[in-house]
Amino acid sequence: MKIVVLVKHVPDAQFDRHITGPGNTTDRDESILSELDEYALEAALQLAEERGGAKAGNEVIALSMGPSGAVNVVKKSLQIGAYSGVHLSDDALAGSDAAATSLALAATIRHLSADGRPVDLVLTGMASTDGETSLIPAQLAERLSLPQLTFASSLEVNGGTVVARRDAGSHSETVEAQLPALVSVTDQINEPRYPNFKGILAAKKKKIASLSLADIGVDPSEVGQAGSWTVVESAAARPPRTAGTIITDEGDAGIKLVDFLAAQKLL
Amino acid sequence: MANALVFIDNPGAALKKSSLELLTLARKLGETAVAINGELTDDVAATLGAYGVATIFQPSADDLDDYLVAAKAGYLAAAVAASGATAVLVENSPEGKEIAGRLGIKLNAGVITDVVGVDADGTAHKSVLAGSYNTTAKATTPVSVFSVKANIVEPEPAGAAAAPATAKVEVPADAAANAARISSRTVKPASGRPDLSEARIVVAGGRGVDGDFGPLEELADALGAAVGASRAATDAGWIGHDAQVGQTGVTVSPQLYISAGISGAIQQKAGMQTSKVIVAINKDAESPVFEIADFGIIGDLFKVVPQATAEIKKRKG
Ligand SMILES: Cc1cc2nc3c(=O)[nH]c(=O)nc-3n(C[C@H](O)[C@H](O)[C@H](O)COP(=O)(O)OP(=O)(O)OC[C@H]3O[C@@H](n4cnc5c(N)ncnc54)[C@H](O)[C@@H]3O)c2cc1C
Repeated sequence: MKIVVLVKHVPDAQFDRHITGPGNTTDRDESILSELDEYALEAALQLAEERGGAKAGNEVIALSMGPSGAVNVVKKSLQIGAYSGVHLSDDALAGSDAAATSLALAATIRHLSADGRPVDLVLTGMASTDGETSLIPAQLAERLSLPQLTFASSLEVNGGTVVARRDAGSHSETVEAQLPALVSVTDQINEPRYPNFKGILAAKKKKIASLSLADIGVDPSEVGQAGSWTVVESAAARPPRTAGTIITDEGDAGIKLVDFLAAQKLL
Repeated sequence: MANALVFIDNPGAALKKSSLELLTLARKLGETAVAINGELTDDVAATLGAYGVATIFQPSADDLDDYLVAAKAGYLAAAVAASGATAVLVENSPEGKEIAGRLGIKLNAGVITDVVGVDADGTAHKSVLAGSYNTTAKATTPVSVFSVKANIVEPEPAGAAAAPATAKVEVPADAAANAARISSRTVKPASGRPDLSEARIVVAGGRGVDGDFGPLEELADALGAAVGASRAATDAGWIGHDAQVGQTGVTVSPQLYISAGISGAIQQKAGMQTSKVIVAINKDAESPVFEIADFGIIGDLFKVVPQATAEIKKRKG
């Protein structure tokens, strides 16, 4: 099975994040592998391992689109266990919205299928931890005419059929489709593994293909701000929440809480 | 010709508050049409009329619910063509966002998610990076697609009620060709409490409840609130995963969020820090949740919460 896992280079949410520049884009210094993509990578590795791993012809390809620093998340994915990596990078991609990003990723996945071994499964996290729109899985599936099975909290591939469970607020459902398909997974699906010493050494020998727009046959006008269908017109930092009144319970904090709620007209 | 098209999936016997909010917002953009999926009752049609809806579209196919997202996006694309709408509004649920995403590609239309307000010229307001920035964004395409958060406007009927016309929309034959099929669906038992994402008040518990959500449920019921949880509590199996508030759970923005026995990790804050008023109850004065609380109590939730519940009941008589 040939699996492509999308891995994104995102600003670390543990620190303050900033929107900068004329395009109001997120500052990507101090970026890391989007935490939610680790679940997709783990799911891919498990599927490949169940089928005999690389020896049996399975492939797990970590794909990241992003500026030069994004290659680090491909490297990290290789250390965790991805078999090979792809880094799509081009100055013209800067400022791409979800529509433009999905166009470039779709072209990359077609390019990766052009060696005669088509991609069977595209795996993604449920959302990036920066944009958080969850648009890419749906838009990529639409562009590639693939069925999407999103927010999977479990995943199985039996023969050519992929089966996933998803939990919505009011119900849970089982969904299925024929391969090739696109699946996005939640943080409920597995426990991602960490890179170990052996993995870090092995990663040094693994291949990372660097692709540009010319390689995937995309015109620069179709991506970046030129190819985006939305613009962010303004961005203003919200004043951080400041702490209010803090009291220590002296046996009557419950009453004081109700006094507070009454004063705020919340009762 | 409509200016705005609102998608309402399976309205049931009465429209949800979030649907009424979409209709209220859509009127700002001009004449409104609605595309529904599922049964249309007389009551729902009358409410749509009261909210100024001129036309109600219904799909020619009745199996859209059998497929994940793609078939509904195909229907909605056809409804946009039939209505001539230049703005599409859907709810901001995970499914709503995905329908918006696929629809955007079908229509070559810009999609803006997590919208908390729309101006008459189509400028959308949203908050990003876990609530740390307020932004405005606009689609540069002839059609704009918005997925709109719940709880952002007060539902308001239109000045004059009309009897909306109904029209069928031909769902493209290949709408479900590349869709995943839903092979089974289990509906979870309803709690009788308000829906978490729409509730005016949320009472949330974390690892500190130590397996017992009882006191929080009683407080929630005294306040008419929904019950939420941290991931530590849902992972422990003390409450269903659908109660999880946060980055990988539900995002809430209620008038009041009461956090009890939750430390306030970044992923938890991401889901609740746009709440109007935050109350935190935690034993540990160092917990990061106190950095964002409007009213913080350093104390044992098993003492504070039942006392507050009793006091509320007393005052409400
Ligand atoms: C990819 C990823 C996604 C995540 N998504 C989410 C998410 O969506 N939502 C989420 O919540 N978390 C999420 N998390 C987990 C998050 O990082 C924290 O681990 C989690 O929020 C901690 O939950 P907690 O505050 O209940 O537990 P803890 O951090 O263990 O805190 C428990 C708190 O309870 C207090 N306490 C204990 N007993 C009492 C008592 N009797 N009275 C009062 N206080 C008491 C303690 O002082 C402590 O502060 C995610 C993590 C990852 C890695």
